[in-house]
Amino acid sequence: MRTTYREAVREAIREAMRADSRVFLMGEDVGRYGGAFGVSLGLLEEFGPDRIRDTPLSESAFTGAGIGAAIGGMRPIVEIMTVNFSLLALDQIMNNAATLRHMSNGQIGVPLVIRMTTGAGRQLAAQHSHSLEGWYSHIPGLRILAPATVADARGMLAPALADPDPVLIFEHGSLYNTEGELPESIPTCDISSAAIGRTGTDVTVITYGGTMPAVISAADELATLGISAEVVDLRVLRPLNDATIMQSVRKTHRAVVVDEGWRSGSLSAEVSARITEQAFFDLDAPVMRVCTEEVPIPYAKHLEEAALPRPERIVRTARELVGR
Amino acid sequence: MNTSEAIVLVRRCVHEVAPDIDMESISDDAHLQETLHLDSLDFLQVVELLSSRSGIRIDEEDYPRLATIASAAAFLAQH
Amino acid sequence: MNTEFRMPSLGADMESGVLLEWLVHPGDTVHKGDIVAVVDTAKAAVEVECFTSGVVTELLVEPGTRVPVGGPLAVISTTTGEQPHAAPTVAAPGVVTSPLVRHLADQLHVDTGTTPGTGVGGRITRADVIRQAEPVRISPRARRLAAERGVDLRTIGSTTPGRVITGDEVLAAADALGRPEHDAKGIDPQAMRNAIAQLMAKSKKEIPHYYLTEQIDMSTALAWLHEQNRALPVAQRILPAALLLRAVASACAEVPQLNGFWIDGSFVPAGGVHLGVAISLRGGGLVAPAIRDAGTLSAPELMAALRDLVSRTRAGRLRASEMSDPTITVSNLGDQGADSLLGVIYPPQVALVGFGRIAERPWASGGMLGVRPVVTASLAADHRATDGVTGALFLQAIARQLQLPEEK
Repeated sequence: MRTTYREAVREAIREAMRADSRVFLMGEDVGRYGGAFGVSLGLLEEFGPDRIRDTPLSESAFTGAGIGAAIGGMRPIVEIMTVNFSLLALDQIMNNAATLRHMSNGQIGVPLVIRMTTGAGRQLAAQHSHSLEGWYSHIPGLRILAPATVADARGMLAPALADPDPVLIFEHGSLYNTEGELPESIPTCDISSAAIGRTGTDVTVITYGGTMPAVISAADELATLGISAEVVDLRVLRPLNDATIMQSVRKTHRAVVVDEGWRSGSLSAEVSARITEQAFFDLDAPVMRVCTEEVPIPYAKHLEEAALPRPERIVRTARELVGR
Repeated sequence: MNTSEAIVLVRRCVHEVAPDIDMESISDDAHLQETLHLDSLDFLQVVELLSSRSGIRIDEEDYPRLATIASAAAFLAQH
Repeated sequence: MNTEFRMPSLGADMESGVLLEWLVHPGDTVHKGDIVAVVDTAKAAVEVECFTSGVVTELLVEPGTRVPVGGPLAVISTTTGEQPHAAPTVAAPGVVTSPLVRHLADQLHVDTGTTPGTGVGGRITRADVIRQAEPVRISPRARRLAAERGVDLRTIGSTTPGRVITGDEVLAAADALGRPEHDAKGIDPQAMRNAIAQLMAKSKKEIPHYYLTEQIDMSTALAWLHEQNRALPVAQRILPAALLLRAVASACAEVPQLNGFWIDGSFVPAGGVHLGVAISLRGGGLVAPAIRDAGTLSAPELMAALRDLVSRTRAGRLRASEMSDPTITVSNLGDQGADSLLGVIYPPQVALVGFGRIAERPWASGGMLGVRPVVTASLAADHRATDGVTGALFLQAIARQLQLPEEK
């Protein structure tokens, strides 16, 4: 069955709500408007205003309400319009959702799922376009997911809702219109491992989420140059699945990390450091990174494109590493 | 480590230091220095390997207890 | 200008050597002190350094060839870097370099004759010169594999200048090598026996030896060692042999008449103290390579040098300079040995110091009889160069030094 990433997320929510009456969706414009990115279109009609709840423009308040509902036995899905706005809820996410299990000595769990849009590429300028999932990946107590494929967009929600602790799902805004094949019966999906997006032998390109299309296109280009790139899709940004990364690097002996976050203090820095710690003696070249330029994401189309990790930069970096 | 594991370890370490010796033909009672002709540097190397592989601290006072393959193994097994 | 690289003399007894392996290829740039070949001297496989800098233009002999000492092995063309007023380097025929590139190459000491050109028509560009000037880099994986497979990274570096040596290149080199052929086991034991026979016969025929011995109380030295070693991991523990070597090195400074060579009827003092250490090979035979500048080393440093020298000797990997220039030899039979040892001098040296086993002996001191660990130090010296009085002073100096172990 051919479907879009947006429809896949919607189907996942619909399935979860049909399966478990404790599940409900809340966020800005998720009801009558159908969601800022159209994800929840039609769900209000099917499930009614009690389970598809429009909220005031207060991320802190409705995220906090979601935490309370989760503690109280519900299975809320909170949608935050973009990761930039999630900073208004950062106190709730970090100081409450991520800590209560620890601070209550295991008595209080927060089985909450927060979905939010991340990333640039749609000329939404510097207050709607950043990639801050690397920041959230810093916080113990959270599980961070970044579905890059239609299959993960469809499959990750159910295990996230089943998780007894808070899970954040980052959906890259440029992926909603991408299409992919889904089997009729949805296979179970794990939220603990990284995946090999494409096998190769000469260089490992590690990425996740919204930069996956650029990496795949770079891998195609590299193949025409006789360079076989293996693509690792991290999928889970916290906790990182080191074994899959190292297995690939031990095979290719070279690694490029592609991350739409800024380079300084980024998730790409974390991945690079782990490779150096665990696979140093299998490396034939330094670990390289392709990240977003360290500027607020520009509005102008050509500047925005210039700031983001593009296939040409990935190809050039991989070629430098391989020496061809 | 039990004694038979220790014997395997001692034999392996001696073999690494003196690969020319046919360990198959050497009994556990063989004296490392007198029978196998390990000199003091070789012996020190054996001690170094035994200590690092077993994680057991070996002091100079313990050297006499490492005289033969069997006594060295017994020493390691006790610790 | 071309110079010939000749078979070096790797010991007074060496008349010829067999070239085992070239570590350079025609076109390689070499520098003074680089190891360029492995030579079998019948006593050991020795890595031979070259004495000029330049580019190897021709290898004159195939591996396996026996060449007399002084016989030409290769032709080295000296570089313009050493001749600032020489004509600018001419690149290979048909390859054009701009004046700017030639100037830059001169500044960076890059030989454009061996620099791969990436410009139009193989033209050498500025970037090519800069790349060539960079030192060869070795990836972590390549280092690990080279250590595991026994591949000498220099043999790879010379063929791919300016590039990073990767693991795949090490694996290819390991495959090409098969197994290293010149390890210690590869030396013909009969040839080594013959070499020792010739040298020792020559020594006894020509050198009028005299012998002195001295018993030395080792209790202070051993107690100090024991104290030191208590705090040290096994790998850094010091053996009594290192203290004995240090005592000899210090005696050489005090009594320099025994540290040097007898050449053409007179004694020539040595410039430094390079202690020849007699090392027996497992499986038979004897080599006496040098710990260079032993007088400048502390006991732990001497111990490290000794371990390194013994392990490389037994692996068949000695350097030419270590083989050819000991200034005095020390023979220590260690705990396996006899009470004392009266040695045979390695010509053209004029002395050999021997140590027997350190063992407990009755020892009279201050009117009392006690039991002390004692070593017998001996000196075999060339009577043409010195007399017994000098030799006695030398042994006294060793004995004194061993009572002051804490001194450097």
